[in-house]
Amino acid sequence: MGTANDCWLDLQGISKYFPGVHALDKVKFDLRKGEVHALVGENGAGKSTLIKIIAGIYHGFDGQMRFENEVVTFRNPNEAINKGISVIYQELNLVPNMSIAENIYFSHLPTYRAGIVNKKKVYEDTKILLDYIGLSEDPRTLLKKLPVAKQQLVEIAKAISLDTKVIIMDEPTSALSPSEIDNLFRIIKDLKAKGCGIIYVSHKLEEILKATDRITVLRDGKYVDTINTSDATQQQIISLMVGRELSDLYPKQGGSIGDVMLDVQGLTSYHVKDISFNVRSGEIVGFSGLMGAGRTELTRAIIGSDKRLVGKVIVDGIELKRNDTRESKQAGIGYVPENRKEQGIFGDASIKFNMTISTIKNFVRFNGIKRRKELTSVNDMVNRLGIKTPSVTQLIQKLSGGNQQKVILARSLIKEDLKVLIVDEPTRGIDIGAKAEIYTILDQLTRRGIAVIIVSSEMPEILTMCDRIYVMKRGRINAEINNEDATQELLLQSAI
Amino acid sequence: MNQLAKRKNSFFGLLQMDQSGLLIALIAIGIVLSILSPAFFTPNNIMNILRQASPSMIAAIGMTMIILSGEIDLSVGSLQAFAGVLGVMAMNYTGNIFVGIIVTLGAGCSAGLLNGFLVTKLKLNSLIATLGTMAIFRGVIMVITQAVSQPIKVKGFSEIGMGSIGIFPTPLLIVIFLIAAFYFVLNNTAFGRYIYAVGGNKEASALAGLSVSRIKLQVFVIGNILFSISAIILTSRLDSGQAIAGVGMEMTVIAAVILGGVSLNGGIGSLTGAIIGVLILGVLQNGLVLMDVNTFYHDIVRGTVIIIAVYIDVRRKQSADIRLLKESQASL
Repeated sequence: MGTANDCWLDLQGISKYFPGVHALDKVKFDLRKGEVHALVGENGAGKSTLIKIIAGIYHGFDGQMRFENEVVTFRNPNEAINKGISVIYQELNLVPNMSIAENIYFSHLPTYRAGIVNKKKVYEDTKILLDYIGLSEDPRTLLKKLPVAKQQLVEIAKAISLDTKVIIMDEPTSALSPSEIDNLFRIIKDLKAKGCGIIYVSHKLEEILKATDRITVLRDGKYVDTINTSDATQQQIISLMVGRELSDLYPKQGGSIGDVMLDVQGLTSYHVKDISFNVRSGEIVGFSGLMGAGRTELTRAIIGSDKRLVGKVIVDGIELKRNDTRESKQAGIGYVPENRKEQGIFGDASIKFNMTISTIKNFVRFNGIKRRKELTSVNDMVNRLGIKTPSVTQLIQKLSGGNQQKVILARSLIKEDLKVLIVDEPTRGIDIGAKAEIYTILDQLTRRGIAVIIVSSEMPEILTMCDRIYVMKRGRINAEINNEDATQELLLQSAI
Repeated sequence: MNQLAKRKNSFFGLLQMDQSGLLIALIAIGIVLSILSPAFFTPNNIMNILRQASPSMIAAIGMTMIILSGEIDLSVGSLQAFAGVLGVMAMNYTGNIFVGIIVTLGAGCSAGLLNGFLVTKLKLNSLIATLGTMAIFRGVIMVITQAVSQPIKVKGFSEIGMGSIGIFPTPLLIVIFLIAAFYFVLNNTAFGRYIYAVGGNKEASALAGLSVSRIKLQVFVIGNILFSISAIILTSRLDSGQAIAGVGMEMTVIAAVILGGVSLNGGIGSLTGAIIGVLILGVLQNGLVLMDVNTFYHDIVRGTVIIIAVYIDVRRKQSADIRLLKESQASL
């Protein structure tokens, strides 16, 4: 740790709780003047929470933050900006319909005494800034006419114009080409020489090794270690990031693997490109990858909720012809979406309603819904899956996350002709006990001969539950790995 | 099925007004009116209220389905004039009541296809789309008739709206039949479940394998056919096809449905509640007439009731959220 005078930022014992989640647990972090400090960790490790605390978006945390050796508490992002802290987010905070110059000087336009904007000065200053960051565009150009990479440079120019002391870059190279990355590194070097401190958040370890001075690793909201980049290797960083032991949370016994149940050939949508894979009866196939790699979008294209542009989806020998979720449901695909609350449950309706909404036609006779038959099936599911509720007429939103997830699973399991089950982040936000129960349910399904696809960001889940794993990267399948060969390190390497 | 309606009254009990609360409100208004006006609580007047409220009740069935599915239809009043007048013209031309009825129902069906097409295929907001068709239907029928009233020249048609079977007004019997039929549809069929589902959570419905567009289109078609049935009764009672019939009907019907506990957000509410909502407005209107209140004041009363209804809708949602939050905290 640096001494008082050569540090911009010094955070000690930072803890942040969200309802039910310990997002950060006694994390420490410091940023010296003129250094590039990388912040790494898996999805959910706590990087973005830490950034948001520094940027003044989150307040109400435990621990102490010092800026230039003075204790600070930012009540809002403006207070952080006024101190000289700028964040360049992955999602850029720019106004598409304003010019480059207006975007840069948006919050601090130079004016004449009467408050009228000194346009000449704005454009001249912008020109100087743009030359410095390597953009040859006219300052009057509308921002939306620039490609994303150049917009990102504009965001950096904005930070420089604010006389920034600390710049936080969140995945700054995700949209850049190699030559643009080199340009960015040149700017970073220059800012460093001027004494700026830069927090560099990225999944790309090669870049981190190339561009940073120190690396701090977070894991599950906890501080792991800070190492000098000159001493670090890629292997070492990955093992610090992964670090955990696989528990015996996972009950996998497996089923006997049979014929191909789902065959996807050359599937292309607006978000995924040329995806080919298959899943056999009794097999669990996992999809791993970073956030935004296109895993959820792939599942949406399979069930027909996203438009399929090219390629085939074949379920048990029958090709899906139309682009509609009703067809894939009728073909025997069950789907458990990623965001339970927004995409899964009908919050104002009962457990029973939620469980049978996909299959209600099977309970209908000429004189309406056979309520007793429906009730029997629903109660049977409640018992089989161990859903804890006093009654099936209870509103689903009153259940815990784990029990809600079981109801959504039951919506697919209640289908007599279920052939393929796709679950997206099946255990997100639910407690350990319910997690293990959901794994058991998925495992049992394979013995019924059902083909299961698990999309998950939790590597232990993917590693232990899946017979085969596909790793996705930028909308494509980057690797196929068999269970015996799979390690967290290998998955991470294929994803990055 | 509708759990909200079954919830026990809590601190906000009165504001929540589940169906029993609504019924109590209706009875209370009735008692007050019988005290204020001796003519109110007589068999004749009660049947009169029910007869008058019949077109609104039928329209409310359609509106309930449309709002439950997460949409809205402002074209109801214009459609009543449009479908009603076309039916009268067809009837006068052929001299056949059934042709008139078929043309009216056909106009309703076509309007439903148009409204449904605008909302599900062109993805227009239903508030805007039906604001447009509301103006178009009214405009078209004005152009066709040049605003001249079309008297009905065929005998027997007025029986539909004016006649009675025993002591019961004919339109009331039609209403009772339709309420029973659509109560069954909403509560005992897959289609009924789908209406609640697409209104409750559109995205979850699509991912659960429901065809959201198709369901909403069907709801618009059925809803607008119901509007045209109400047009048949209305024209029969007026004994003429009038291009200005049903002006302001959308306000009455939507207010009644929301007053009856159907949430504007979709997915929550019941048909019985909506019907009681219509009756409350009908009884109020009747009371004002009996007490010789200037008709100009009726609009003020109706507007006030609409605002109260929407306020109740908002409070109902808030108090439900607060209670859920408390319950989830208690269970931690």
